[in-house]
Amino acid sequence: MYKTANGKEIFVLDGHTHFWDGSPENQSNVHGKQFIDCFYAYHSNLSPPEQLWEKSKFEKYSEDDVYRDLFVDGPDDVAIIQTTVLSDFYKNGFSSVERSTKMAARNPERFIVNGAFDPRDGKKALEHIQFLKDKYDIQGVKMYTAEWNGDSKGWRLNDPAAYKCFELCEKLGIKNIHVHKGPTIIPLSLDAFDVRDVDHAATEFQNLNWIIEHCGLPRLDEFCWIATQETNVYAGLAVAMPFIFTRERYFAEIMAELLFWIGEDKILFGSDYAIWTPQWLVEKFWDFEIPEDIAAERGVQLTAENKEKILGLNAAKLYDIDVTAKLKQLQNSPIQLAAAG
Amino acid sequence: MKLDSSMRSIDLQRSELEAEVLERLDNVIDPELDEPVTTMGFIEAVKVGCDEQLVEVEFRLPTYWCSPNFAFLMAFDMRIEIEKLDWVGGVKITLNDHCFGDRINDGVNGNRDFSDVFAEYCNGEDLTALRNQFQEKAFIRRQESVLLALKKQGLSDLDIVEMTMETFDSIDFDDEEAKKQKPRYRSILMSRGLANTKFDSAFVTWTGKGLTATGLQAYLSHSRGVRINMEFNGALCRGLKDARYKELVIEKSDSVPIKFIRNVATPSAVTGGK
Repeated sequence: MYKTANGKEIFVLDGHTHFWDGSPENQSNVHGKQFIDCFYAYHSNLSPPEQLWEKSKFEKYSEDDVYRDLFVDGPDDVAIIQTTVLSDFYKNGFSSVERSTKMAARNPERFIVNGAFDPRDGKKALEHIQFLKDKYDIQGVKMYTAEWNGDSKGWRLNDPAAYKCFELCEKLGIKNIHVHKGPTIIPLSLDAFDVRDVDHAATEFQNLNWIIEHCGLPRLDEFCWIATQETNVYAGLAVAMPFIFTRERYFAEIMAELLFWIGEDKILFGSDYAIWTPQWLVEKFWDFEIPEDIAAERGVQLTAENKEKILGLNAAKLYDIDVTAKLKQLQNSPIQLAAAG
Repeated sequence: MKLDSSMRSIDLQRSELEAEVLERLDNVIDPELDEPVTTMGFIEAVKVGCDEQLVEVEFRLPTYWCSPNFAFLMAFDMRIEIEKLDWVGGVKITLNDHCFGDRINDGVNGNRDFSDVFAEYCNGEDLTALRNQFQEKAFIRRQESVLLALKKQGLSDLDIVEMTMETFDSIDFDDEEAKKQKPRYRSILMSRGLANTKFDSAFVTWTGKGLTATGLQAYLSHSRGVRINMEFNGALCRGLKDARYKELVIEKSDSVPIKFIRNVATPSAVTGGK
């Protein structure tokens, strides 16, 4: 929970976090090394200097680090842990649903662990979705359309195989589909940045929520256009957030576009932990105002009211969280940290 | 180490040729960022062989995962630019530390047509179409920066849309970015034939349509969208490049440093790097 200067308590639901193991011991090959190195470059490039981590901690951080960074030092009330398997790069997966669930079990009321699947696996993908529901009762998944798989250099949300998977998700009540549309890993062609497939899938599956992580940057204009047409498309702010420190005006321009086009009810905060920690992001965000000239251009501004929605209330709706009840529950169950020493 | 005078003069001559190569490389643009690969600090080493025939260029990108089609474009363009120098006997371009590096290096150093190589490795994408697409983005971005500066300097929307090339050429910009983009915008206008004489309009759309005073605001808001997208990549790339190789500089500080030309080293200091 974030406490404002005048004592108001703000519910924070961090929509995009990870519990990964990118350590050399878990890397299968040079790709695994280069993948975590690239994340570390994001971290060291876009963080305030006092927030920088040592490389070895960044590669593999502990369960206690997660609890402390998100809930003790950080303002998160609840965090969504996303799954990124990358089985070609990492022996036990990069951030697997098994490992995250085990971590989350110490404070289950604090976490929502999402799964992942690859529609190109065909029948196996469908079996895996069923498995994820049966074993972990997942409510959401994270999709990465630019991932390579055999000869395929990416897939689209409106591929027939993908539709079969989403049909099953809908049937099982896995209703939050987080889609990575932003900075791409191994993008082969421009199509990897394309967001138009979101339009088709969101129209076809009206009962699913489509949360577009990194708000479609670097295709923000197209994304805004689509999200304006589709009532079930949302913008996730992960990776856009840290620009609040390095390039304030640029962050303001992104926020102005999002507020103008898709509105304050469909924007979701995400720290992208452990690339960045939520404490400084939320603090800066709460104090942030869109500069006058940019605000005037679009006729929008960040206010206490819409910031509160963005930081938690919007995501709470998607994940059926009763905020008052949740806060009461959290009060009664303090964070468990291992004994110091 | 002492060098005798003839070695010294060979070295001097070599560094002059290397400087010529670098100058050509100033014309190679990162298509996503609309910035020369030299100022972006992508060029790792330029070496002119002892027989002055073979030019070798090594470059690298902000991340191991940078989009292969942009890497292809830059590598092709490097070769094309260097081959414009009449003394060059051969060119070898090497992209280091990249997930697609081997295929890019084979493609650019082989004898096949660039568009065939590109189509084969990049899902059948059309090289010319991609180049065009990025030219258009560069045009919009350069144009936006001068348009915004003109508005800031107090010109009315009508003054702006009716401006001729003659007036445009005479304007002194206060804004640093606009000062930098003015000649770049002009050059793209001319090369695309969007303006040919001093009486032509200074501001038209990419397809050559005139702008109107009433439509200028909407036009600029579209341009802003294009810039926001490009800047996302730009801001990440710049920072990631610095962050990626910071580590390397630390690790190798006691040996001969591999340096990014223009960031830290003079051309002649670079050849010993590898």
